[in-house]
Amino acid sequence: MIGFINDITEYGFLRNAFLAVLLVSPVFGILGTMVVNNRMAFFSDALGHGAFTGIAIGSVLGLLKPIWVAIVFSISFAIIITIVKNRSRSSTDTIIGVFSSTAIAGGLVIMSARGGGFNKYSSYLVGDLLSITLSEIMMLMAVFMGVVVLWLFVFNKVLLISINQSLAASRGVNTLLVEVVFTSAVAVIVTVSIPWVGILIINSMLVLPAAAARNVTINVRQYHLVSVVIAQVSGITGLVLSYYWNTATGATIVIISAFLYFITLAARSRFG
Amino acid sequence: MDNMRHKNGCRNGCCGLCCTRIENFGVAIGKNEILKDVNLHIHCGELTALVGPNGAGKSTLLKAMLGEVKHTGELKFMDEKGIRNGQPLYGYVPQHLNFDSGSPTSVLDLFMASRFRFPAWLYSSRTIREKVAGSLERVKASHLIDRRLGALSGGELQRVLLALALDPVPDLLLLDEPVSGVDQSGMEIFYNTLTQLKENYDLSIILVSHDLDLVLKYADRIALINRTVLSSGTPQEMLDEGKLLKTFGMSWYKGKIEFSRQEEKGDKSV
Repeated sequence: MIGFINDITEYGFLRNAFLAVLLVSPVFGILGTMVVNNRMAFFSDALGHGAFTGIAIGSVLGLLKPIWVAIVFSISFAIIITIVKNRSRSSTDTIIGVFSSTAIAGGLVIMSARGGGFNKYSSYLVGDLLSITLSEIMMLMAVFMGVVVLWLFVFNKVLLISINQSLAASRGVNTLLVEVVFTSAVAVIVTVSIPWVGILIINSMLVLPAAAARNVTINVRQYHLVSVVIAQVSGITGLVLSYYWNTATGATIVIISAFLYFITLAARSRFG
Repeated sequence: MDNMRHKNGCRNGCCGLCCTRIENFGVAIGKNEILKDVNLHIHCGELTALVGPNGAGKSTLLKAMLGEVKHTGELKFMDEKGIRNGQPLYGYVPQHLNFDSGSPTSVLDLFMASRFRFPAWLYSSRTIREKVAGSLERVKASHLIDRRLGALSGGELQRVLLALALDPVPDLLLLDEPVSGVDQSGMEIFYNTLTQLKENYDLSIILVSHDLDLVLKYADRIALINRTVLSSGTPQEMLDEGKLLKTFGMSWYKGKIEFSRQEEKGDKSV
């Protein structure tokens, strides 16, 4: 650990990665609480696929920063799924499945069409946290602050909708608008994190800390606190371990949160 | 005091006639017409029960009133001051919460999310806590404030939801099968609380129910719904006209009704 602190002061890339983890983990912890409460685990997975397509489109357009196209695309994707889900009477699972697979297929077609250069994009599958730059950290900082401010204003409404939509409507909540705002926020954090975490495990970052926290908490204050702490602890531990083991950082973080999840699960069955 | 306010309103011709009129309500989802030509007068200080077979559109009617389901027609509301006021203040008790029972959401969280702007995840101040406890005390449930929603029994949950629907005191209280999954004594307690609240706050209550026994006992008016309003009236009128029996085809129920009539006659003679 002392060695790691020395390395952090010495190597800029490690310092950047560490800052990125400090900023991104709490956002995952916070938004994850309501993703899990709303049974949206599959939905947020689809958002990851949407973001992948967005990155593909951005690259095709030849932009230096495909991330902005990806953000716009995945927000639109989130809004469309939310509206279709609310309008349609088909099962939510089916609708999300349709959108999700269409998005990932579209992304793959676009990327492979460019002269078989798919390998160039394979980093998006696993992610590479150590390659993050300072300007990208600034963007994460903005996202972090944006989510916290948003959460101050919309959380109560999101919670009420998750308990009962009609009840929320009877209280004058514009349920569709709030849902769209919430899913857009999830879409943004998923999109900006994909290059560092990887599309394969992005959803676990969102779901695992909250899923672990709800095993051992009884109100939303505890729920948020424990979820953020678990996200942060697994983020930092995962980064340190991946640095020494030379493994994929995102995956190592997820392994740690999964480990914490099973500990809380055991604690729950013991204490009821 | 609320009662006095209301009586002032009576002079303006509000109560006694009606406070809320549902006029020509219709709801269609796609080509499927769920409700058509629904006309109802809801009287202040009265409990109006909506009865009808499954899929008759009773819950949909409540959701249309709340504005959650798109509808044709109008809802006209007149408050106690006699001022026409398009949108009444609703209190709503849903049929099922259908929430995830493992969710770490306490009764206090539910109230904070519904009643306060202050974000429930951040901090719960003493003032908020005391206000919530006060609301819960109306239905004698202040001891449940820190319990997880998923850990409440069916009856406890309904009382909490009723307390929430009454905070702030609404113009119109809508209850969708409020006592499904609650045992017999729980139901009696719930309906007695409702009757008391109705009298204390002069509430207009609309209640969807399948339980004819309880409806006949506690409702002031019954509206028979099956895609439209088939008929409405006081429980006695509905029994006399035999409309409840006809619509439901509940020959099995006839004995019970005759029995209850005899009981009532017995009561009168005493």
